[in-house]
This record gives sequence, C-alpha cells and structure tokens, in this order.
Amino acid sequence: MMGRKRMAVAGDRPAITWRSGVLSSLTSEELRELFRYLVLSRGLEERLEHLLKQGQVVGDLYDGRGQEATVVGSAFALEEGDWLAPSLREMGALLTRGLDPRMLLLQYLARDGSPSAGRDKSHHVTIPHLGLLGPIGPLGAQLCVLNGVALAFRLRGERRVCLTYLGDGASRTGAAHEGLNLAAVQRLPLVVILIHNRWAFATRSDQQAAVADWIDVAAAYGVSAASVDGNDVLHVYDETRRAVDRARRGDGVTLIVAETYRMYGHAQHDAQEYVPEADLHEWRARDPIDLFERYLIDSGFESRPSLAVVKEAARRELSAAVEEALSAPMPEPEGARFRTVEGERIPVPWTRRAAVYEDLGQPASTRP
Amino acid sequence: MSDSKIESGRQNRPPTGQEAERGTKETTYLEAIREAMWEEMTTDPTVFLLGEDVGTYGGAFKITEGFLDEFGPERIIDTPISEAAIVGAAIGAAHMGFKPIAEMQFIDFIAPAFDMIVNFAAKVRYRTGVGAPLVIRGPCGGGAHAGPFHSQNVESYFANVAGLKMVAPATARDAKGLLRAAIRDPDPVLYFEHKYLYRRIKEELPIDEEIIVPLGAARTHRPGSDLTIVTYGAMVYKAEEAASRISEEDGAELEVLDLRTLRPLDTSTIVESVKRTGRVLIVHEAPRFGGFAGEIASQICEEAFEWLDAPIRRVTALDTPVPFAPPLEEYYLPQTADIVDAARWMLAY
Repeated sequence: MMGRKRMAVAGDRPAITWRSGVLSSLTSEELRELFRYLVLSRGLEERLEHLLKQGQVVGDLYDGRGQEATVVGSAFALEEGDWLAPSLREMGALLTRGLDPRMLLLQYLARDGSPSAGRDKSHHVTIPHLGLLGPIGPLGAQLCVLNGVALAFRLRGERRVCLTYLGDGASRTGAAHEGLNLAAVQRLPLVVILIHNRWAFATRSDQQAAVADWIDVAAAYGVSAASVDGNDVLHVYDETRRAVDRARRGDGVTLIVAETYRMYGHAQHDAQEYVPEADLHEWRARDPIDLFERYLIDSGFESRPSLAVVKEAARRELSAAVEEALSAPMPEPEGARFRTVEGERIPVPWTRRAAVYEDLGQPASTRP
Repeated sequence: MSDSKIESGRQNRPPTGQEAERGTKETTYLEAIREAMWEEMTTDPTVFLLGEDVGTYGGAFKITEGFLDEFGPERIIDTPISEAAIVGAAIGAAHMGFKPIAEMQFIDFIAPAFDMIVNFAAKVRYRTGVGAPLVIRGPCGGGAHAGPFHSQNVESYFANVAGLKMVAPATARDAKGLLRAAIRDPDPVLYFEHKYLYRRIKEELPIDEEIIVPLGAARTHRPGSDLTIVTYGAMVYKAEEAASRISEEDGAELEVLDLRTLRPLDTSTIVESVKRTGRVLIVHEAPRFGGFAGEIASQICEEAFEWLDAPIRRVTALDTPVPFAPPLEEYYLPQTADIVDAARWMLAY
C-alpha cells in the first residue's frame, strides 16, 4: 500500500521509529489527518495563550503543547461510538474526536454558546454524540465515571471502548487506583494512557511513585501494559490500537505508559523555574510535530509544500474560529440560577422552591 | 419465580392467605426497601445495583438476598471495597441511560465517595447538561451500638451541595415509595435508610397498589394545633412518643411533621404548619452544629417570623462523634424526654 522503510536518523537517539503493523493500517490520508490534528491542537493552544494574554481567556490554561503526539495518536485509535475522557492537557484528543475548535474557544472564553454554556471551564465538556466525557477538577475521578460508561456498553452488549488519560500525578489519586482496579476486576473495555510527563504541578514524578519504570504499576492491577515513546505519534497510535482492539474483543484493560515531557509549566501562571533547562532542551529537540513532519517528508509520504498546505488550512480554520468566538456573547448573569437542557430551564438547586431566592430582601408577609 | 426460591425465603415473601384476603401484607421497613428495588428492577431493565457484598452474600443486612439469582451478575455487581469507584461507575452508567443504585454498606462509608458525589454527580447536569439519575443508598443512624463509624447521619455533609436530592424515610410505606421515586428521578438522590427501623417497623401495605411517594413532599405524621415538631427518620417515633405523653399529661396537641425528603425541602408545608401552631421544635438525630435544623429555622424566620409565639428550638444529638458504649450512645442521641422538656418549655413561653 505504501512505501515502508526504516527511518535513518541523525544523532544518537531515534527521532521517530517505524513499527510493523502501523503503516499497514494507516492510509496516507490518515497520516495526513494525524498531522492535521497535531498542528490544529498546537495552533489552538498558541491562540489560547495569545487570548489569555489579551485577557480574553478566563482563568488559566493548562498547556498540552509538547504532548500532542500522545493524545492525538491515542484518540485516533478509537472508532465512532467509543468514548474518551480527557484529563487536563488533552486538547488534541478532543479535536481528534471531532470537537469543533470553535466550541473549545467559546468554552475557554466562557461564552454563552459554549458546551457548558459558561458554567464550567477549560475542556470540562461532556458531549454524548461525540463520546466525550468531561473531567472534573480533581483528576482521576473521570476514570471512575468512565468505568460506568464501559459498564453500560457491556450491559447493552455493545462492543464499544473507553479511553482516558492520567498524568503521573493523577495516577496516584485514590480515584485512579479504585477506578483502574474496578475496571480490571470487571474486565471492562478500557484503555488508560498514563502520561509520564515527569511533573505534577511542581512535584517530580519520582516523588509521586517509587517505581523505577512506570509500566510496573500495571502489574498491581493485573492489566495488560505497554510503554510507548509519547512523542512518537505512530508508536502511540500503534500500541493504543492494539489495546483498543483487545478491549473491544472483551480482553479487558490496558495501561499504556507514554513517556513524554511537560514543556510549559502546570499552567500559564507557572514559569516552571524548578524544571531543569537541560531537560527542556533535550525534549524540545524531540518536538512531536517536528518529528512527525520530518518522518512524513523523509519517508516520502508527504512533501514540505503539501504539509504547508495542511498547516495553512489549520491556521485559517483557527483564525475564523477565534473571530467567531470573540463575537459571541457572555452568558446572562441570571443564567447562574439554572441550566437549560433541551429547552427546559432546570433550576439549581433542584428544588421546587428555587424561586425563594427572589424573595430575599423583601419583608416577609405580616401576620393577619 | 420458582418455588424453590420461595421456600428458601430468598424470593420476595408472597402474601399469606389471610393477607391476600384482606388485601394488605405485613411489610417491614427493610422488606419495603427490598421490594422497591425488586419491583423497579423487574419492570425496568435499566435499573441495576452495585456495591460491596450485594450479590453472593445478599448485602450486609440481607436486603438484596436472592437478587443475584434473579437478576444475574451483570445487574447485581459485587464490587471491590472502593466507594469512589462504585459511585463513579454509577454516574457513568447513569449518563448512558441506566438507573443505577449504588449501595454503601454503611452510610458512614460514603465518605470515600465524597468527591464523586459533590464534585461529579451533583454538578454534572449544571456543568454539562447531561444528568446523572442514580441513587446512592445505605443504612444510617444510631441506636444499634455500632460505634462512631457505623452509626452516623450524614445528611448535613451534603446539605450545602446544590444538585443533590436527599430522602430519609421513617415508615415502610415511604421507604418503598420514596425509593421507587428516587430510582425514577432524573437527578442524583441520596437515600438514607435508618438501620434501627429495618426490622422494628412493620406496616400493612396494600398488595395491589403501586406505592410511589413523590420527592419533596413532607407528611403530617400526627396532627396538632399547639406546637409543630419538624423531624425525619427514626426521630419521627420519638417525636410521636413525646406528643402522646404531652397530650396525656398536659393536654396540649403537638403536630409531628415527617419531612421524608430533606432536599428539596418542603418549606411550604413547614411554614403552613408553623403559622397554625405558632411554635416549632426541630428534632434530628444528627449533631446540632451545621445540622438541618439550622437551615429549617432560618427558612421559618424568613417566611413566618411574625407568626412565632416562642423561640425556635432544636433537639439534636451532641456535637461529638457517635459513642459506642450503650449508656454513652443513649446520652448522645436525642431521647423522648428531651423532646418533652423542650416542648414544655416552649408551650410555657
């Protein structure tokens, strides 16, 4: 179907490796698609950084740049009807699952038309028709909830698969332990990508767990395990695809440890002075988009101009999306009282007497 | 329904000949909970149960005995000791159109699931528009000499969290009807069943009537004109005892309101009663500080202050953990005499 040759790479470590089984299952269109999601994700986060500095993004940004291969490659291995729950740096996974960048921009700008209608931040979005389950602030919890989605698939006899992400930090939460363990004993159709990006906020991963190799944590749960180069999108895709197939066959959970590096601090407010510059230098040289671009060109799948066309299309798409998001209105303040679901205003708290708050400040009626 | 199951007592107990004749069946509070789940699971394939020891053992209190045989391991799921994972899985399945019942072996064990309940289940419809119609139920309450970790009443831990509903039945009828309504409700419902009432409360329930008790409506347990006791759960019976004693000894008539649902709170029924009696005593088994009584008193002050003829008073447990030794626990828990004393003070005010 396609040319197959092992990459010859300059330097002492492989830039990106060719792995049997990957290219035979990806068409050249799919390779280009992978590249598109990588650059779209990178571009969107660059735009968001810019918008944050302009005071348009509300709150903060948890930057996923540098980890795009891990999230795009894994999300790309899912099929329609599968579900995915992001953690906090998985912009590329949401885009890969079909979420319109405009929706993400509206969400970060806290605008009315956003998936959460301004009620929640960042990529906390649950969109059933895209199979997206939003996380909550305390990470790891989404794994427990995703188990329920997987349980529902099984109860209905559907061969659908769930996938989620845990950072090395989030993987140490009680929820992550409980969730992974329940999924394992129930043999749920679940794939967990453990993103070993070396930092959980300002705490090193060797302060999170005393394992020499993070793949060792899988043994405690009795699940299948794999380790991947998280900056090699094809490696990530390949192992995730195997795990997804295994889950779909009914062979249970796989934990994939993706080795990568957090490049931009916990969030934009964090200048990460505690991160050794040598580490950043080393990993910057292994930027996942540069690696894949070089690979596509060197292996003859794409030319530099053809990839430039992809980049330009993504740039245009994002420019239009930013313009549209900036013109969207903020939610009406009194919208804080309710959530509209399918046209119905549901008051919060879910009480028949939500209207009592309107009466505050008014004197109570007097005794006759 | 096979005969062998009936003989082994693992099926719901069918009415006796006499019961069938009179059209009612003697039902304990525990049986009412069991029957509510059994009936909902029988009629609705989206209802399923997960929790610790609910299957093979039939639940720590044998509420779900026979469920595994009847409904199979797919719908009666014995889980690891992982309350967060139990509630989390229930939320996810609820997103997908199921109506899960998550059992806490003791309601005290809800603490490890706190994040799942207050941060995930309670907020998810508001945040995302996608609801989580699940029930989390478990045995609460003291009087069983079970110590600090098997006796608590946890409603106030959750009272400040928008998006949760909470029920606490006192009667077998309400235990059944509220659970069925809770299972059908589109939002997360915490269902607090009082373990002291499990086998002590027996009622004749109609055999042919489908018992469903809507959430959010209080019930007048005993009508009266001189003072309103607002209470719920096992305290309904202590309040009733106090009301009988005061009726006999003082000639005053106390109204006992059983809230049944704690959230949404039926403020209008409380206010209507207070406006009639002019005096309100709030009784609950949970500790006083930050307890439900504080919220109820505030609402009465906002809506019926001018009708009050005496200060609002509270009879509650102590602000301590639930002690273990029987004399300590008895001292800790609100007793009938405490209610009588408080009511007399108010009547004399």
